[in-house]
Amino acid sequence: MANEISDQVNLRFNNWKSDFPLLSSNATSKKLIYLDSAASAQKPQIVIDSMKSFYESEYANIHRGVYELSEKATIAYEGARKSVSEFIGASKVEEIVFTKGATESINLVASSWGAQNLTSDDEILITTMEHHANIVPWHLLHKRTGVKIKAVNIDENGELDIDHFHQLLTKKTKLVSITQTSNALGVNTPLSEIIDTAHSLNALVLVDGCQGIVHKRVDLQQLDADFYVFSGHKLYGPSGIGVLYGKYDILESMQPYQGGGDMIVTVTTNDSTYAKPPYRFEAGTPPIASAVGLAQAIKYISNIGMEFIALHEHSLMKYASKSLQDANIVKLFSQIDDKAAIISFNFDDVHPHDVGTILDNEGIAVRAGHHCAQPTMSHFGVSGTVRASFGLYNDFNDIDALISGLHKVKEIFK
Amino acid sequence: MSELRDLYQEVILDHGKSPRNFGKLESKTADAHGHNPLCGDTITIYLELDKDVIKDISFEGRGCAISLASASLMTGLLKGKNMDDAQVLFAHFHKLVSDSNKTMSVNIPTDDLQKLDVLAGVRDYPMRVKCATLAWHTFNAALQNNTEEVTTE
Ligand SMILES: Cc1ncc(COP(=O)(O)O)c(C=O)c1O
Repeated sequence: MANEISDQVNLRFNNWKSDFPLLSSNATSKKLIYLDSAASAQKPQIVIDSMKSFYESEYANIHRGVYELSEKATIAYEGARKSVSEFIGASKVEEIVFTKGATESINLVASSWGAQNLTSDDEILITTMEHHANIVPWHLLHKRTGVKIKAVNIDENGELDIDHFHQLLTKKTKLVSITQTSNALGVNTPLSEIIDTAHSLNALVLVDGCQGIVHKRVDLQQLDADFYVFSGHKLYGPSGIGVLYGKYDILESMQPYQGGGDMIVTVTTNDSTYAKPPYRFEAGTPPIASAVGLAQAIKYISNIGMEFIALHEHSLMKYASKSLQDANIVKLFSQIDDKAAIISFNFDDVHPHDVGTILDNEGIAVRAGHHCAQPTMSHFGVSGTVRASFGLYNDFNDIDALISGLHKVKEIFK
Repeated sequence: MSELRDLYQEVILDHGKSPRNFGKLESKTADAHGHNPLCGDTITIYLELDKDVIKDISFEGRGCAISLASASLMTGLLKGKNMDDAQVLFAHFHKLVSDSNKTMSVNIPTDDLQKLDVLAGVRDYPMRVKCATLAWHTFNAALQNNTEEVTTE
């Protein structure tokens, strides 16, 4: 049965891999089987080309020059903002702030909105399955303002304990900051219920969309998150650019995060007034070419269709789960049908790093370690796991290679 | 594959699976903690010093085969050595796993050299060198009575 699905999927999706130069046959010393897209995705040629051609014929600083080239660059950069805005269904393009990544987006909200609005009487809810990027900024804010941080438990499958969420959510809760999808386990969180309940108590919700947006369509009109953050590099775009979406009235109430050029209206030596969002939060020269690359990445995946990608990745996840179960040599975490194409597993008696090194020797790139999610690891009583995560370019052959690599591990550590 | 066998030699697999000198040392006169933030692995080294002689040494912790084997081999080697010998071994080991130039080692018994040599394969895996050296750095901290946690980063 698996073979049948395998054939269908391979026939249908085979050509996507060839869009990615690094995954093509001659790019690396041995054939690369890339199973670490949750850490960062590879880039299609079209994204690489868009940045190259931008540098070759359109590059200048933005919002500054009156000459044609600067105008062109500005149009490209603002065009990228529009692409992002449409891609996630923002109400207006001014709700999109470019940052250097999801990490900076969360720090921006913590430093600006958080420091402005929260005191030691208030509480922020996070969860045990957060990436460190959605934990540490809140610890820093706690040190600044005394705001309390509480974490919603996850269960033995790694799923959110929704009863515990309802228990922890009170009038003191001012913000729920939660991931859409766990980067270590692939588990999705019940966002609609969380957002509805939080809003009923006037708490805002920040959604860490890093791992969510790459696997399924996101529509913020429907989702109604107050803040939504993600990184370009996991979405087949370049590194160095990320997005903070914020509802406009909230962004408008926020003080700048950093000061500098481009975010002001007027400056005297004594004082300055700030531009409106999103510019208020984009001090200094932004990652202009990266914005162009991100827009191209969005165009690339939109042309394929997020629905197709989701379907393809779901079949990869199912096939990988089944193959790993059948192989019967590793223990799988979070065996859930409806999750993203991320699978964490461990051998009983082989450390994840040793597994990673042996797989690497076979040309298979997986992530081994705590995945910047130490609370999640502690929850399961392990210091780390091996994680295979899939992107649109992976196919069933990659999974078969993973399985034979794992047999090799078993053979060495018999 | 041959390279991989250089890394995962039988001795390493054996020491990784059943590390020697594992456990707390009741008679300890010094100890130190080590931590690799990249993987979350931890180690504690216990020392019983009699003047400048390492009368006994043991370790506890969790880690990969490389780090456990390294700690196991290290404790075996250091037992009975004096501090100066230990420093020489440490320096030699550090070069062995991080420096591709074949090292000249004076004043180290051939037996000890051979024992350390099984870990030489690590130098072809730059990401794993820290796994092999954590135990040694932590030992060094214990020797100097350094109470600050040793980290590889
Ligand atoms: C769920 C999640 N949140 C946040 C981040 C941080 O993203 P970045 O390092 O691109 O800022 C990551 C990336 O590893 C992630 O997976």
